Amino acid sequence: MRQIAFYGKGGIGKSTTQQNTMAALAARGNRVMIVGCDPKADSTRLILHAKAQTSVLSLAAEVGSVEDLELEDVLLQGQWGIQCVESGGPEPGVGCAGRGVITAIQFLEEAGAYEDLDYVCYDVLGDVVCGGFAMPIRQGKAQEIYIVTSGEMMAMYAANNISRGILKYAHSGGVRLGGLICNSRKTDREAELIEELARRLNTQMIHFVPRDNIVQHAELRRMTVLEYDPASTQAKEYQELAEKIEQNDKKTIPTPITMDELEELLIDFGIMDKDDETIIGKAKAASVA
Amino acid sequence: MTLVPSREETAAMIADVLAAYPAKTAKFRAKHLVANASEGGKECEVKSNIKSRPGVMTIRGCAYAGSKGVVWGPIKDMVHISHGPVGCGQYSWGTRRNYFHGLLGIDSFVAMQFTTDFAERDIVFGGDKKLAAVLQELKELFPLAQGVSVQSECPIGLIGDDIDAVARASSHELGVPVVPVRCEGFRGVSQSLGHHIANDAIRDWVMGTGDLADRTPYDVALIGDYNIGGDAWASRRILEDMGLRVVAQWSGDGTLNELSSSHHAKLNLIHCYRSMNYICTTMQERYGIPWLEYNFFGPTKIIESMRAIAAQFDDVIQVKTEEAIARYEKSFEATRTRYRPRLAGKRVMLLVGGLRPRHTVGAYEDLDMEIIGTGYEFAHRDDYERTHAKLKDGVVLYDDPTAWELEEFARRLRPDLMGAGVKEKYVFHKMGLPFRQMHSWDYSGPYHGVEGFAVFARDMDIAVNNPTWDLFAAPWESPMTSPRQAPAPPVSAS
Repeated sequence: MRQIAFYGKGGIGKSTTQQNTMAALAARGNRVMIVGCDPKADSTRLILHAKAQTSVLSLAAEVGSVEDLELEDVLLQGQWGIQCVESGGPEPGVGCAGRGVITAIQFLEEAGAYEDLDYVCYDVLGDVVCGGFAMPIRQGKAQEIYIVTSGEMMAMYAANNISRGILKYAHSGGVRLGGLICNSRKTDREAELIEELARRLNTQMIHFVPRDNIVQHAELRRMTVLEYDPASTQAKEYQELAEKIEQNDKKTIPTPITMDELEELLIDFGIMDKDDETIIGKAKAASVA
Repeated sequence: MTLVPSREETAAMIADVLAAYPAKTAKFRAKHLVANASEGGKECEVKSNIKSRPGVMTIRGCAYAGSKGVVWGPIKDMVHISHGPVGCGQYSWGTRRNYFHGLLGIDSFVAMQFTTDFAERDIVFGGDKKLAAVLQELKELFPLAQGVSVQSECPIGLIGDDIDAVARASSHELGVPVVPVRCEGFRGVSQSLGHHIANDAIRDWVMGTGDLADRTPYDVALIGDYNIGGDAWASRRILEDMGLRVVAQWSGDGTLNELSSSHHAKLNLIHCYRSMNYICTTMQERYGIPWLEYNFFGPTKIIESMRAIAAQFDDVIQVKTEEAIARYEKSFEATRTRYRPRLAGKRVMLLVGGLRPRHTVGAYEDLDMEIIGTGYEFAHRDDYERTHAKLKDGVVLYDDPTAWELEEFARRLRPDLMGAGVKEKYVFHKMGLPFRQMHSWDYSGPYHGVEGFAVFARDMDIAVNNPTWDLFAAPWESPMTSPRQAPAPPVSAS
């Protein structure tokens, strides 16, 4: 069984990419489970055609504690027999979502959810803000991480930060970086840029997912592209990504770079001007004058 | 005969004890260990109120302990909720022996333990709803409770629950004050910050809200006495003998009403300076109420304090005070006569909280006993400034000492009595040293006031002169190196 996790900046398309990719892996005959680690509980929506109505934590809160839960209460089956479970968590602004992820994953392990599977996939909320969201990359959990990014500066910044998190646990738990997935935003020289970022981080750009409106069409129907239109070119892209993950033999310990190095990279690619310090902190009106 | 080592000897002893440490630790700890100079000053300054060394089993408590355990806990007609997981409340239940008059569970709640008993889901989803539900239940179960305080345990601060909002809403709904106290245990370096936070909560949520009928010019508030073993009652009797009217007890055997109307007092009298100086300062600034520190441990300090307090009032009080002193003398003299022959020349080491390491010195000296070492768990600089002059030159002062330091000082100085807390007690018993708990009075008390001095003297005698200590060495071993002196003379019948 391989345990993988998807990380990336909030809004980058992690959950969409993850579900489409896992769908392709399941369609190839793999037994797959998706563990949503996000209080919004929307990591399995496209597989289930509905937002999961029951999460580990909401059920636990109802019956008293996680010890009172049964695995079948929280495990739902979606397309291609994909097992889906959501950790769930509090509404924004209260409680501790990070602790919720820890509780939920521990419950799944103890309840034996990880038996008879080829892939377990963790879909984790935005940035690794605290220890709870690092749970999937800690000892005995996800062994390979895929970072979803794009050619936008903040997405790359987040990718670098996540690499730092992986590095932290690489030696204690054996987690490795499997590669960067570029979810295209159609920025300048995007593929090249992410290839170069991947090189600096001691990893690979495992796949470049082009931007296609069909993803949105499928999402509106709460479906993966693979199910909505299996013959589309975008479906082929996800199938290709799934195949690359299946055959991935480049799992590395990342080498995060500094903020300065990241900025240099952008300068090298002509996205930022060199020696442009005069414009920093200057409003438009001021620079015109 | 001089019982206290010279400053040089003490400095050498400190250096010797520090020598066991790595250089960095020795440098850090050296600032906390000093040979006293009675005139004070730069060279005997003691570093205090900073973080304990990592790896040390410190005797200090936490902010929650300071707020719930010390300041709020004794207020008898309120329910004090330990808000968070069950352990903090359960294991601190009843440890301070704050006596009170009243019917437990009806109009007094000091000896009960209330907790919101946080579980995993309260951490993940937040505990505000649970708190509101608990407050509702409390009002139904204990309708005579005059108010509720919410004592935050660590997780409350970590998950960012808005207990202030819950307190306001519930207070409005239930018609009793609900006071949120943000005394999470991880805040600060000891229980001392908890005292401050608790004082501030009283200031912000309680102070000035009540009224006091029939005010007199002799109204005083008794502050910083937690009525351990009945201490506050003994202190109150003295003040009443002086003709004063005690309108509030902060907080031993005290009520919410007393706190809320205390700002009508003419004078604040403070015993435990460390835990309640904050509220005295506030009342002075806000209501112009002057405050005076006093000490009701032992005849010398009692009489000195009574006269200092009386000097704040007119002749009526001063005359009554002198009459009271004259009456007390008989009791004082009887105690001194009975115990001095058995205790004179006995050497004492102390390690207590934030007041008693200096405040009990006079009581020991009244029995002709000698303090040779003293230290605080959580004192600040102003406490040490109040300490130097009360002690002889060369007395070893130790701030937040490690087990190694305290045990080594005791091993080298071989005091006749060690006074500290339950965490130290059995260690020193095993060293063959008589010991008294100076936080809880070893389940005895009171030690304050006139009758308190008699109890204090008796307790020190039964510790120091317990014949058990002479049987410490096994018959087949050579007698201990301990300088056990000749047996004490028998207690005269009285």
